[in-house]
Amino acid sequence: MANMLANIFGASPVDPLEKHIGIAYNCAKQLHDFFDASMSGEWDKAAAVRAEIEKLEHAADDLKKEIRLHLPKSLFMPVPREDLLELLLVQDKIANRTKDVSGLVMGRKLQIPAQLAEQFLEFVDRNIDAAKQARKSVRELDELFTAGFRGAEVDLVAGMIEELDRIETDTDDKQAALRAALFEIEVSLNPIDAIFMYQVIELTGQIADMAERVGRRLELLLSH
Amino acid sequence: MEAEIIYITLAALFGIFMAWGIGANDVANAMATSVGSKALTIKQAILVAAVFEFLGAVLAGGAVTSTIRKGIVDADLLTGEPELLVYGMLASLLAAGSWLAIASRNGWPVSTTHSIVGAIVGFAAVGIGIDAVQWGQVGTIVMSWVISPLTAGFIAYLIYLSVQRLILRQDDPLAKAKRYVPVYIFFAAFTITLVTILKGLSHVGLDISLQDSYLLAVAIAVAIALFGAYAIRKIEPDKKAEKKQHFHTVERVFGVLMIVTACGMAFAHGSNDVANAIGPLAAVISVAQTGAVAAKSSLPAWVLVLGGGGIVIGLATYGRHVIATVGDKITQLTPSRGFAAELAAATTIVIASGTGIPISTTHTLVGAVLGVGLARGIDAIDLRVVGRIFVSWVVTIPAGAILAIIFFFIFKNILP
Repeated sequence: MANMLANIFGASPVDPLEKHIGIAYNCAKQLHDFFDASMSGEWDKAAAVRAEIEKLEHAADDLKKEIRLHLPKSLFMPVPREDLLELLLVQDKIANRTKDVSGLVMGRKLQIPAQLAEQFLEFVDRNIDAAKQARKSVRELDELFTAGFRGAEVDLVAGMIEELDRIETDTDDKQAALRAALFEIEVSLNPIDAIFMYQVIELTGQIADMAERVGRRLELLLSH
Repeated sequence: MEAEIIYITLAALFGIFMAWGIGANDVANAMATSVGSKALTIKQAILVAAVFEFLGAVLAGGAVTSTIRKGIVDADLLTGEPELLVYGMLASLLAAGSWLAIASRNGWPVSTTHSIVGAIVGFAAVGIGIDAVQWGQVGTIVMSWVISPLTAGFIAYLIYLSVQRLILRQDDPLAKAKRYVPVYIFFAAFTITLVTILKGLSHVGLDISLQDSYLLAVAIAVAIALFGAYAIRKIEPDKKAEKKQHFHTVERVFGVLMIVTACGMAFAHGSNDVANAIGPLAAVISVAQTGAVAAKSSLPAWVLVLGGGGIVIGLATYGRHVIATVGDKITQLTPSRGFAAELAAATTIVIASGTGIPISTTHTLVGAVLGVGLARGIDAIDLRVVGRIFVSWVVTIPAGAILAIIFFFIFKNILP
């Protein structure tokens, strides 16, 4: 009886969503150490980082399912449930792509050509930056809910998303440059490795793409 | 004479038990928001609730008690056999108490007010006769059960909208909060004090002129607002818990306001819900003492004190646990949201109390919370539960009535 008041509150998706992007970013962040180890041929260490990535990707996946479970259709929220679920989905893809890239490299023990090492690591870091900026933006969700998705807080988040877009554009430029550099030297590489190198670059670049889509989803919420 | 003593003793026991139940369960709804948002500690909340529930019951509980006592059953039909009213009121208390116990055990969201009104209507209509029920009055009461949550919801919506416009959506919400929250404190204190003075105090024999009432309400409200403003000025941002928008500290500023609205909510709750326990008791006492159904007899003050005391005991013995449990579950109701809901609900309830209409305080508060939700104030509201509350609303009235009819015929056969 006394629970009448308590029970009308559904589980708030805000904290879990913020926690989820935190895990996704943490997962993406591991790529730096992973490539660092793989480039210097320390495959044991790379395997350890890869295990950590898998663990984090699982954790993100579990949390994703948990959040979905607690967002039934009967919930009344300030923003559409579908938009929050979409946001969750793209957040999760940051971790998924991280796992895919590391799996691809690990499975083939793919060696990044030494001439490209520095440039490639910069590209990876910029993708991680994008994930970090996505985390920063999503972490404003609680404040957005407090402000009812209007006013000064909205401008603040819109600014963060603009920065996220700039980072993503930067990764695109870096990706193009990296492909051009790879094209220059591809004849000197094992052809199969070369093909997979293109794929690794493509997949890594998708981390920033997903981060950008997190921004797009967040932007949709802002316009409500 | 002996029969009278049995009646009064039984009614007092049932009534105190009912008051205990109200204190144990329902008060939590009024205080849990303040505890959940950490505006008050559990101990402070108990203290505030005890003082203001008691004051509400004693100072402003008279009108609703009168309605329960003699506004639902038409006393004129009972002049020949006043003991029927005694059986009926005893049966109603027992029926409402049993129904609440059954509902609690099953986790159904049931209102105390609806149970007791349903029970009284039930025994009167079946035990005495359809004409014994003052259907006009009952119609008004039932209408108010629809209107009160809607009214509270609408007021809460407007209040929270103003909070968003004036404070939460501004560039420097902390500065705005420090500026406007004392104004909200003034309005909260003013509204509740004024309605109490205008509608409630006459029942305790205090007659204050209209002009004096306003002046007194303004004076009290200004005093409370100044005190609040002083407390607010001392609040400094906590750098660690803070992000750019200072919402953390903003909520602490609203916490001060919430202490005021929590007092108002406890007062409002006491003023309306005490009648559920002692209204029937008061009816039994007046019949037993005069040997007749005296519609004119006045309400003995000690009965209100007894009801208020029962609520406080329920609060102290069991209510503290319920407050803690509910408080943990409603953390979404931060002070800026919680105060809007509480102020809207308290205002609605105090007006109903002054008019003598028994309403469900919990439903009114739920309505107010939904109002805040409509203003995009609540992260997630479970509409299934809102639907379930509505179903319980409809079921409770016949359930209370049927139980009361059963108890009525049992009492009629076993009591002298």
